[in-house]
Amino acid sequence: MKSVKIATTVMIFFILGLSSHAEESPSVDEIIDRANRAAYYSGDDGRSTVKMTITDPQGRSREREFNILRHDVSDGGAQHFYVYFKKPSDVRKMAFLVHKHIDRDDDRWLYLPALDLVKRIAASDKRTSFVGSHFFYEDVSGRGVAEDSHEIVEVTDTRFVIKNVPKDPGSVEFASYTVWIDKNTYMPMKAEYVDKSGNKYREVEALEVLEIQGFPTVTKSRVRDLADGGETVSEFTEIEYNIGLDEQIFTERYLRRPPREAR
Amino acid sequence: MILPLSSPQCAEGLEDLKDLLYDKYEIDAYGFLEARGGLRLQEDPYEKSTSIGEMRLQTDLSRDFERVELKIKFDLLGDTVLEEVDLDLRDLNLSFSPMDFMDLKVGRQVLTWGTGDLLFVADSFPKDWVSFFIGRDTEYLKAPSDAARVSLFFDLFNLDLVYIPKFNGSVYIDGSRLSYWNPLLGRIAGRDFIFHDRKPDDFGTDSEYALRLTKNIEGTELALYGYYGFWQTPEGVDPLTPVLIYPELSILSASIRDALFGGIGHLELGYYDSRDDDSGGNPNIRNSEFRFLVGFERELSQDFTGGIQYYLEYMQDYEEYEANLPQGMNKKDEYRHVLTLRLTKLQMNQNLTLSFFTYYSPSDADGYLRPNLNYKINDEWTAEMGGNIFFGSDDHTFFGQFRKNTNAYASLRYSF
Repeated sequence: MKSVKIATTVMIFFILGLSSHAEESPSVDEIIDRANRAAYYSGDDGRSTVKMTITDPQGRSREREFNILRHDVSDGGAQHFYVYFKKPSDVRKMAFLVHKHIDRDDDRWLYLPALDLVKRIAASDKRTSFVGSHFFYEDVSGRGVAEDSHEIVEVTDTRFVIKNVPKDPGSVEFASYTVWIDKNTYMPMKAEYVDKSGNKYREVEALEVLEIQGFPTVTKSRVRDLADGGETVSEFTEIEYNIGLDEQIFTERYLRRPPREAR
Repeated sequence: MILPLSSPQCAEGLEDLKDLLYDKYEIDAYGFLEARGGLRLQEDPYEKSTSIGEMRLQTDLSRDFERVELKIKFDLLGDTVLEEVDLDLRDLNLSFSPMDFMDLKVGRQVLTWGTGDLLFVADSFPKDWVSFFIGRDTEYLKAPSDAARVSLFFDLFNLDLVYIPKFNGSVYIDGSRLSYWNPLLGRIAGRDFIFHDRKPDDFGTDSEYALRLTKNIEGTELALYGYYGFWQTPEGVDPLTPVLIYPELSILSASIRDALFGGIGHLELGYYDSRDDDSGGNPNIRNSEFRFLVGFERELSQDFTGGIQYYLEYMQDYEEYEANLPQGMNKKDEYRHVLTLRLTKLQMNQNLTLSFFTYYSPSDADGYLRPNLNYKINDEWTAEMGGNIFFGSDDHTFFGQFRKNTNAYASLRYSF
């Protein structure tokens, strides 16, 4: 199985005319682009049920459960997300819609069923907590690859290790972050964030990766707040790709009336 | 009374019941039990010192048939202020899509549209101002309508049509639990003078019609709205009886909402045509008016959001109004300006929400503050406290009249 994958990788490199030597490293931009696609753009669309367990520094835990639908407007570019909440009961049936843009701020809407209210949400800060978890909006929908400058710091047997420095340091809470990318699948396996005084304070990790419909897929991931000890674990189930989601699902109509695929 | 629920056996029993309903009948069952109490912070000669005292059980049932969704939501309410037990049916409706481009929702439902934040121009649907002022959950600001809503989705635009066969109307301040300015008595009144009203209530005749045309162009949300019906609050009085009446009203309005300067900007314009008083000369019926609303909201820092709005009511035919106003009645301004400020801070992994909403009217020299603290103790329990603080220099202005109702409240909710 593994040899087949390596052969495929070699073949892709050959077709792209980049290198015919498997041991030679692709360029950093190539790695980042492929990692971005592997993590956020598998297939043309997809769905998943997500269970988040949020544990605070005192060890108390809370749960969130939601279904998420994704549709790529263009591969590696704009995307739509639809999130339908199942648990806990005070957020149940709320629906959240994101139109992710590459060249400008995302558009976000939240539907509150008790008020029949479609609320538009300011989306300037993508590094705020998603539903009270340790995941940021950006961890869920992806960080624009052009927002950081990238540098290969190490190539191990299995990983590309890449350091990322924000082009606009004032817009984020980190000074830099380092990502470990699987050389085989291009899946980012771990990211460590360092603050302005050089301390490592945040870690995002893929705990389990499975192949689903041919796409390497993170089925369990964890964010740890290294400063206070809190963490959130996300488990992904009922994952499907290329289900032919209608683009209309990602409009106000379906905020009011959740589509079958999200329920 | 709410505490026994915290016992694990009881919580488990509820979960078992929910599972049973789902496994046997495919009914999704949810809800909450809530205790809420509040006090006036000053003496009000016309009202009780308790502003709110209630126990509420909300049950929310839904069943997904193959093509149709049935939803039933009702509150069982024990109210110590009005000393009654009430069943409040909030949802009883069927939703389905008879055609690809059409959604239909028929029955009792909550309806909302427009872009304002606790200010309304295009949204002509019923509100419950009493719930809002005494410190119930914001959910209760919207009162349900018995309506049929048809939504049509075309490439060029979307169209919503709402038909309400019998006028619903808002819950307004009648004196039974909040004191108010009584223009007939020329003073503040309350339980000593509870207003009675005469609602248009002929099914099929006293109907309301509303429509909305929307178009989203690359994130710019445009909408046109129309309404044909009645003032939702009794904006007229029959001087002989004296009973409050609901004059006829049409509204034409438009809105735009878009991302702006890293936040969200919105603008709404409306013309309120008070059809029973075309000339503006009838002092017993509210004049026609223009309404204008503009607002902006954005994140100020992480988990901290700020929003501001400016709202204007401009009375049409002001000269007619002035000329016909009876002696001794307080004169309203031609322009009523209102500013609002919203500040929301989330803390402790977004489990603690501190929010502050203020209305201030420079023309009426009055205002209304709504501080609120909401803490999610865990996935089941939520505690809340807050206040409704009214101020003003006159007894007859919109917020100023409610000064003696200034109150603080607290609640505890168990969600299941």
